[in-house]
Amino acid sequence: MSRYLLSIYQPDGPIPEPEILNKVMADLDVLNQEMRDAGAWVFTGGLHPASTATVVRVNDGEVLTTDGPFAEAKEHVGGLWVIEAPDLDVALEWGRKAAQATTLPIEVRPFAGYRE
Amino acid sequence: MVHISEIGQIFREEYGRSVAVLVRVLGSIDAAEDAVQDAFTEAVARWPDAGLPPSPAGWIIITARNRGIDRLRREATGREKLAQSALLNGDLHGELHGDQAEAIEVDTVEDNQLRLIFTCCHPALNRAAQVALTLKLLGGLSTAEIAHAFLVPEPTMAQRLVRAKGKIRDAHIPYRVPSGAELPERLKSVLAVVYLVFNEGYAASSGAGLVREDLCREAIRLGRLIMELMPDEPEAKGLLALMLLLDSRRAARTTPDGGLVLLADQDRSLWNKDLIAEGQLLVRQCLKRNQPGPYQLQAAINAVHSSASKPADTDWRQILALYGQLLALEPTPVVALNRAVALAEVEGPAAGLAAVELLELGNYYLFHAVRADLLRRLGRNDEAIAAYRAAQERTGNDAERAFLDARTQALTTIPRGPATPTSDGPHGR
Repeated sequence: MSRYLLSIYQPDGPIPEPEILNKVMADLDVLNQEMRDAGAWVFTGGLHPASTATVVRVNDGEVLTTDGPFAEAKEHVGGLWVIEAPDLDVALEWGRKAAQATTLPIEVRPFAGYRE
Repeated sequence: MVHISEIGQIFREEYGRSVAVLVRVLGSIDAAEDAVQDAFTEAVARWPDAGLPPSPAGWIIITARNRGIDRLRREATGREKLAQSALLNGDLHGELHGDQAEAIEVDTVEDNQLRLIFTCCHPALNRAAQVALTLKLLGGLSTAEIAHAFLVPEPTMAQRLVRAKGKIRDAHIPYRVPSGAELPERLKSVLAVVYLVFNEGYAASSGAGLVREDLCREAIRLGRLIMELMPDEPEAKGLLALMLLLDSRRAARTTPDGGLVLLADQDRSLWNKDLIAEGQLLVRQCLKRNQPGPYQLQAAINAVHSSASKPADTDWRQILALYGQLLALEPTPVVALNRAVALAEVEGPAAGLAAVELLELGNYYLFHAVRADLLRRLGRNDEAIAAYRAAQERTGNDAERAFLDARTQALTTIPRGPATPTSDGPHGR
């Protein structure tokens, strides 16, 4: 089995209307259960907006702290899964389901050095 | 006495088959390629004195396999990988000899080649990477040859291949033929890669030569392979038929100095009768199955052209009907442009021009070339000249540019017969 990171790319801005959000949350519950039942689920979590992020750098021992996300963009990672899958095709299938549930693009990326 | 160039030739021909089998055995593309390279070194050392082995293909696979296993045993991580791949494949991982190895492998070479095609054309890889990998791993072309064919510097192409192979390895792109429901989409991607290789050879988008024969030959070889491996896929058959029929006109399609000759102006005695016969046979088999698809329809259109011994004998009504079907499956402006060309032949240039004017294809040189030709036939010479110029500005191919130039010149002398470049050429997708 390999591990994959599934990142949700969320546009910055206001949270969607409750009726839209409720549907997404319900679909995510179903998906998370499906992942657990399949033995694919390792971890999942949603994030506060990118405006709450802080970047810390160390240059020559000096700490530089900046307010906001690392990359300037209109979309940022809004949540993620860590899943296990035998190969990319299976991981992409979970990615497809995640994209459907969240209605957002999902980036699927393999973890290095994990193979069981 | 076996010459080294002969050894190179054999390895090139057997490269795709050998790599396909060895990826399965050794569990990675890099290991497979290294192993075949080791076998080549050994062949160069042995064959000149010992002569060719009875089955060079079998010798390469067995030698490469043993060298590959040796290599993996030397590395700690390699031992793990080997155990994994052997486990995965339910295979033996001892050293194999002659008959034993052959018995295991002979009936799976084709299966492995098919797996490799689908891995190379996996949708998680971009199209340029799919094309490069397919030519390298299945075609046995060198990185330098692929770089030359696509007019990119060799280090760029090497980088592209390294990146693609790295992604296959790290993201665990599987080495398998996709199953039922996924197959149609995945096969489309494979056929698109092969057709892109053919197109690049047939109508090089830039550079001096109009045709790069080696790319056409390689695409046809791959098309044949896929058709043999997937005999129940009518689109695979359609693609091969299409490529054969287009390729049959190669000798007639250019002048000795590399200029472009239109379908209507071609010396049809130069058409390759064998390729036409094979292409038409495949088209008939497709018609019998009656599961039309874009490649089959384009092949059928070209089969109609091929059965006309002179341009006036062309059954344009049939071609128009086929383009109608193609447009229903693929409602793209490029297909509509080709249909308009057929319409002009059936109902006259005014009807064709009316259909052309509806299309939003201002950046496509053939749109302007077709428009120019129809305007010329309607006697609207000034507009035609302007349209030829617009076409000229939009092609990077020297032969096409020279052709358009000649057409513009001709408008100041005697008008010529009906002809458009779209009647003979792969249709942009």
